[in-house]
Amino acid sequence: MKYLHLIWAALFRRKTRTILTLVSIVTAFLLFGMLDAVRSGFDDAGKSANGAQRLQTGSKLSFIDTLPQGLGAQLEQVPGVKSVAYVNWFGGAYQDPHNQIFSFAVSDNYLDQYPEIEVSPEARQAFNSTRTGVIVGAELAKKYNWKVGDKIPFQSTIFAQRDGSKNWSFDIVGVMRAKEKSASWYDQMVLLHWKYFDESTTYNRGMVGWYVSRVNDISQSDRVAKAIDAISANSDHETRTQTEQAASASWMKQLADIGLIVGSIMGAVFFTLLLLSGNTMMQAVRERTSELAVLKTLGFSSRAVMAMVLAESVLLLLIGGVLGLLLAMFMVGGMRAQMGNMPISSVDGGIWMRGLLLMLVVGLLVGALPALRAMRLNIVDALAGR
Amino acid sequence: MNFLRNLGWCVGLAIILYIWIQLPWWGLLVLLGVFALWMLLTRRGQQAASITAVGISTLKQRLGSSAVVVIGIAGVVGVLVALLAMSEGYADTLRRTGSDDTAIVMRGGSASEVMSVLDHDSTVVIPQAAGIARDAQGKPLASPEIVVAANLPVRGGGPDEEGSVQVRGVGEQAWGVRPELKIVAGRKFQPGMRELVVGTGAQRQFANLQPGRQVKLGSQVWTVVGVFAAGNAFDSEVWGDADTVADTYRHGGSRSAVTVKLSDPKAFSSFNAALAADPRLAVEADTTGNYFSKQSEGTSKIIRVIGISVGLIMAIGAMFGALNTMFAAVAARAREIATLRAIGFRGLPVVVAILLETMLLALLGGLLGGLLAWLIFNGYTASTMAAGSVGQLSFAFKVSPELLLSGLKWALAIGFVGGFFPAIRAAQLPVTTALRES
Repeated sequence: MKYLHLIWAALFRRKTRTILTLVSIVTAFLLFGMLDAVRSGFDDAGKSANGAQRLQTGSKLSFIDTLPQGLGAQLEQVPGVKSVAYVNWFGGAYQDPHNQIFSFAVSDNYLDQYPEIEVSPEARQAFNSTRTGVIVGAELAKKYNWKVGDKIPFQSTIFAQRDGSKNWSFDIVGVMRAKEKSASWYDQMVLLHWKYFDESTTYNRGMVGWYVSRVNDISQSDRVAKAIDAISANSDHETRTQTEQAASASWMKQLADIGLIVGSIMGAVFFTLLLLSGNTMMQAVRERTSELAVLKTLGFSSRAVMAMVLAESVLLLLIGGVLGLLLAMFMVGGMRAQMGNMPISSVDGGIWMRGLLLMLVVGLLVGALPALRAMRLNIVDALAGR
Repeated sequence: MNFLRNLGWCVGLAIILYIWIQLPWWGLLVLLGVFALWMLLTRRGQQAASITAVGISTLKQRLGSSAVVVIGIAGVVGVLVALLAMSEGYADTLRRTGSDDTAIVMRGGSASEVMSVLDHDSTVVIPQAAGIARDAQGKPLASPEIVVAANLPVRGGGPDEEGSVQVRGVGEQAWGVRPELKIVAGRKFQPGMRELVVGTGAQRQFANLQPGRQVKLGSQVWTVVGVFAAGNAFDSEVWGDADTVADTYRHGGSRSAVTVKLSDPKAFSSFNAALAADPRLAVEADTTGNYFSKQSEGTSKIIRVIGISVGLIMAIGAMFGALNTMFAAVAARAREIATLRAIGFRGLPVVVAILLETMLLALLGGLLGGLLAWLIFNGYTASTMAAGSVGQLSFAFKVSPELLLSGLKWALAIGFVGGFFPAIRAAQLPVTTALRES
């Protein structure tokens, strides 16, 4: 620590070069922060303590096939199941048929399954008592300037009403907010009554898109899932039950192999960074040869000189890296606000840990060669300029 | 004063870069030609050429720092080209799926085929409309089709790992409507049988889709009898007999959409008008060319934006790397440059020579990056859940010459900025101080 001043002075001996190198390091870690936020966002989708308690039961045929509503009563009988809710995909659109909005037709107890979604008790009350009532996500309400009490015209891209019209009208009775980031897409969603939906359309006829069950004990999830699937085995509506986590993981995997894309970009970025800052450190040590020799003459051991060069390169990486990650925090905040329905994690402790580790490793790698050179320096030769 | 001048340089550079990126290939050629003439014919151009030659001949001594420029820029160009190739490949696959002389008819207000439902009556009425081409027997080339999704085990995945594939139930006319579709192995399915033909993309992605194998679709076992290739999004699908598929998925007589072959592209408006005028129908028609481009729009735009943003951030990093290298190069050659100026070389040739040297390194980097992207990613297949479909769409990255050219343009732009400020510094160096520097 007492040599910090010396290391600092060495680092900023050539201001232009150090600052230029720093900017390159900042951009590298800015990219690292942003891409890692996307990657961990996709990885963590559905991974929450509440999510682990939920099982999703859908048709084994495919995700667009439906199940009879009567199955719900049988699900409730399965030992270990606490409560069962059901949902249908509504396929709503607002203003323009191509402006689709995530909208689910849900059973009355659906929101009970999601304690991480915050809805005021009055809104719940109003939702339960209003047949045409909907609860809208906070972000969505902000985007379209919706207020409680508004009547909103909706189109369904899938379901027509009994009279053949695809225009639906709903009353906004409340707003929901996600308390955890894993549930943040509920901020962009509209929930309506399954019962109203089922009675109003001729297409549905008592069918359910998927069931959401909560289990008493997470360690029993596998057994419960198997027991649920056994109920309808060999019937004409076989089911497939997964934990919410497994279900979203398989969705994300079908969407894109984010890990591979992010991995290859980061590989290219850090390979370049290694070369770039390595070159800077090489130059820095080369032009300071005589100074290092003076240090050695004054009594600094070879090892101390080596340590100082290493510390210099790690410090360079740390300054640039921390600035880059701070910038990434700022940018990712903006990205999350812009693309609400994409699972992007914030730049959190995990990313900082990985980032700091990377700075340390790259710093040591980059400093290794120059440090070795500084350590092996022969005082007489260096001072003579040979 | 100094600050204002630098600000002026930056604004000027931004304008130049903007024009540069927009420049078409013939513009580049003209620019190159003019520049070559200047170098050959004018005195200053000849001076610039000789300084450049000196600079390039000393490159070998600065191998390490020059490599930083080359590899830094290669990284930017490689990543940029790869991401844009992904966007291009995705859009291209969907674009080729549609054409201007086929039209798709869906229930009004449906955003995609999967969300549309047409009752049996509509599927009978639609083929009667005007403007549809007819086959040799005089039957209209119209194919009512049903689109559903099926879960199939993923090839090379875990025992419980399933992916979604789009299943299309088609009638006999489907092959006539899409002549680009060729059976490459086995045979077509027989109507009424539980037989499937699978696209080459689907076959690559899911297990057990070889002719002769059996797969479970829904609660029933189907036999794969053939493989087809179309070179577009249909390759990711699995096809079976419409009635049998509808039966398995409990859809009865309803279908998703009707695809028709138009007698010629101009017939679309009359076809559309005929449908709109028919009181029995509540449908919307669009040419498939339009329909599939619209489906690809959102996703390919997102990939493009991501690619350009990542490329831009990387480019800034690489630019500073180049600046660093070139400042060091100029500092190392300060005496040499001052000597040149003392014996009568002007400022401009010095600036041009340093710019040229950086841009040459950048060009090398751009070529290397483009080559790597082409070698690794051209034809590389990826898959995603495509918008407007219910199955995995597999598509190949497409590293087109245009993409490579724009990658090179980016590389040269980075080199230009990276060399610009060091070049200015070299030209403005007071001769006397530089000569005295050791």
